[in-house]
Parts: sequence; structure tokens; C-alpha cells
Amino acid sequence: MSDSLYEKLGGEAAVDAAVDLFYRKVLADDRINNFFDGVDMAGQLAKQKAFLTMAFGGPNNYTGADLRTGHAHLVERGLNDSHFDAVVENLGATLTELGISDELIGEVVAVCEPTRNDILGK
Amino acid sequence: MPKLTLNSKTYTQHEGDSVLTTLLANHVDIPYACQQGLCQSCLIRSPNQTPPPESQKWLQETQRARNFLLACQCHPTEDMELELDPNEQPFLTVSIVSTKPLSDDIIELIIKHPDNFDFHPGQFINLRRHDGLVRSYSIANCKKTDNTLELHIRKLSDGKFSEWAHQSLNTGDTIEMQGPFGDCFYIQSDPEQPLLLIGTGTGLAPLAGILYDALAQGHTGPIHLYHGSRDQAGLYWVEELSKLANTTHNFNYLPCLSGEEASSPFQSGRAHDEALSDFPDLKNHQIYLCGHPNMVKEAQRKAYLAGAPLHRILADAFTASDSK
Repeated sequence: MSDSLYEKLGGEAAVDAAVDLFYRKVLADDRINNFFDGVDMAGQLAKQKAFLTMAFGGPNNYTGADLRTGHAHLVERGLNDSHFDAVVENLGATLTELGISDELIGEVVAVCEPTRNDILGK
Repeated sequence: MPKLTLNSKTYTQHEGDSVLTTLLANHVDIPYACQQGLCQSCLIRSPNQTPPPESQKWLQETQRARNFLLACQCHPTEDMELELDPNEQPFLTVSIVSTKPLSDDIIELIIKHPDNFDFHPGQFINLRRHDGLVRSYSIANCKKTDNTLELHIRKLSDGKFSEWAHQSLNTGDTIEMQGPFGDCFYIQSDPEQPLLLIGTGTGLAPLAGILYDALAQGHTGPIHLYHGSRDQAGLYWVEELSKLANTTHNFNYLPCLSGEEASSPFQSGRAHDEALSDFPDLKNHQIYLCGHPNMVKEAQRKAYLAGAPLHRILADAFTASDSK
């Protein structure tokens, strides 16, 4: 049996390596960082780790309903497709920086795409 | 099979179960969510034991030192004592040793703590007035043989507790005390690591505790303390800290004024802006942020973006009570 995406990326160690890089990019990105104003950073970092685990195809408890309720207050503040795209772009840049192949990055993006409608409350 | 003790009740821990699973199976009301060690909802602590390492992964070093653990990641092989809410500690009656002014609107309050009270300088305690009004204050000194704690209290306008403390507390009076609390303190993991201490107003109290503790434990790496206020009246201990900086080769003191033109030894600007422009790369620093909540939040984000790992940014935001 071939390795899963999560295993190919390097599992939990890869998530640990990516999470700071990714979260720093998101916080430095003026298109989206105002959505993170005033949040508890330690709690948010844990959420980013859970998100990356999901995006890497790893074990997670995410449900569409969780994503919907979790982002509803942001949708009210104007969260839209352009912001979702910006996050995915930052994720791609993070993985490129870590030396992940374009092919695997494509797979990660494909894992994220189905969450778009739940996150944006569509 | 190991036993878990919580609030004087005992639960049997079955093999393969986590502490969270065991407590939930016994109808203990404990918050939880992801059950993967990520969300930290099930953060609890042991009053007297070091938890298994996997239950402390991703916690702050100072949380680990205080035996905090994630119940969902904890599979103990030995009996464990647990507590859900460390805030459920008893109040103890203590006496006031002395009070003296540090500046126009800040006093130093010295109280005598009970013999068995253990703390890290920089942690905070709660003080309770006889009518039940509670406020938190940070510990500014290292452990002393005379069991004293040094607190800095700024008089807030309409501050119910602080005005009373300034006007009415005298040597020999009693007050109730609870604690210690908080994860903002010094741990010597690397004595050569550079330390960056940034505070506003009485944020100097915990930072002084951390500074004196680090020096007492033989910290050799450079320590920079940025203390900020709008004007000179808001700063205190300027002379003492300048003197300490002159006689301590690895300690640097930078008092900052954000609201007026500054001349030596002061510099113009906000403390955290000055600190972050002096140190654009914080990858190797241990950082402490204490004082105004807006400063703490902004500095935490900027320090993280300057490369500091989040677990090496320890913060204590002084939130004024809604009822002052």
C-alpha cells in the first residue's frame, strides 16, 4: 500500500515544522491579519496546528458544522473567498519554503478546497 | 491499576484510557474539546507530581514547571493527585509589614506570607479586602528568609481597591491572600540565553521579580529591561535600576517615555517599540511582557513575527477590573 499524504509529508514532525512558519505568514499578511486581532495567540497556534494536520491529510476531528460555527463571526465581519485564497496561498508558500514538491502541495490544496463552503458559511 | 485522586474522591485508571476518559466516565465536569492535545481545553494540574512528558508537550515551560497537563494526553502508570481549577485555593490571612510610596501614585506594599507558601518571583497573588473585594498583584521580590512579599499598587482613578490600599492600609493590618498564580516567571533552561523584559507602569513589579530571580540563579546572558510610561512621574526605581545596571555587567536598563521629549537616562518612544527596533531578530530570546494589555498584545504579536517562538514569550497583561 502506498503511503498516505500525511506520511509522505512527514507526519506530526512536518506539522510542527510548518506551523510557526505558516502562522507568521498569516499574521504578517495585511489582507487577512485583521481577522486575528485580539485573539489568544497560544490558542490560535493550537488551532493552526489542528488545521495543518487536517490539510496534511492527518487524523482530525473537524466536521463541516464545526468549521461553520467556528468562522461565523468572521463571515459577519466580511470573510470571503479572497481571504480563503490568501490563507491557501500562505500555506503553499510555507510548504515551498520547507522544500515540499509542487505535486504534494497540490494535494494539500485539494484537501483544503472542500472546506471552503463551510468556512465561508455558504 | 493506578488511581486518580481529585477533590478527595478516587477514580480507577484503566489501561489505555486517558485521564480525561476516566474523569468523564466518572461524570466529573471537566471542559474538553479536540481530545488530541491541541485545543488545551482540558488543561488541569497536579498539585504535587510531575506529569508524564507526553501530557505536557506544547505547554509553556513555566506551565510544565507548575505540573500542568493535558488530561486527554495523560496516561499515568502511577497514582496521581489532580486539581481541575487551580484558582480554587483557600484565602489565608496575612499581615501588612509596611507601605511606602514609590512614586506619586504607586505604593510598595510589603506583606508577610505563611511559612508553607511557595512561589516564583513574577507570579501574582490575589488580595481580598474584608468586604470581599479582590484584586491581583504581582510579586516583585525573590524568596526571603523573613517571608515577605513585595507588591506595587498603582492608585487608579475611582479604583475601589487601590484607593483604599493607598489611604487605609497600615503596618499591622491584616488582609486575605490567595495564590500564587501565573506562568510569567524565570526558569533557568539556558543561563546564557538573552532575556528581553518589557513593561509599562507597575508591570515593573513582576519584571523586577524575574530580573532578581534570574540574577540570583546566576543568569549570565544579556538581560535588557525596557520600562515605559507616558511621563517621568509614571516611572519609578530609575535610580536603583540605573545603579544596578552600572554594577551588573550583563544587565541593561532602558527607561522609556512615550509622551514627552526625553533626555538621558531616558529615551523617547514606547518601551516595546524601542525594544523591538533594538532587537529585530528574537529567535534566541526569552521574552517577558508585563503591564498594559494593549502593549502586551501588540508586543506579543511583534515579537512572534520577529522570530520568537510563542512558548518563549511569557506575558502578564494587567486588565483593570470593570468595577475598578
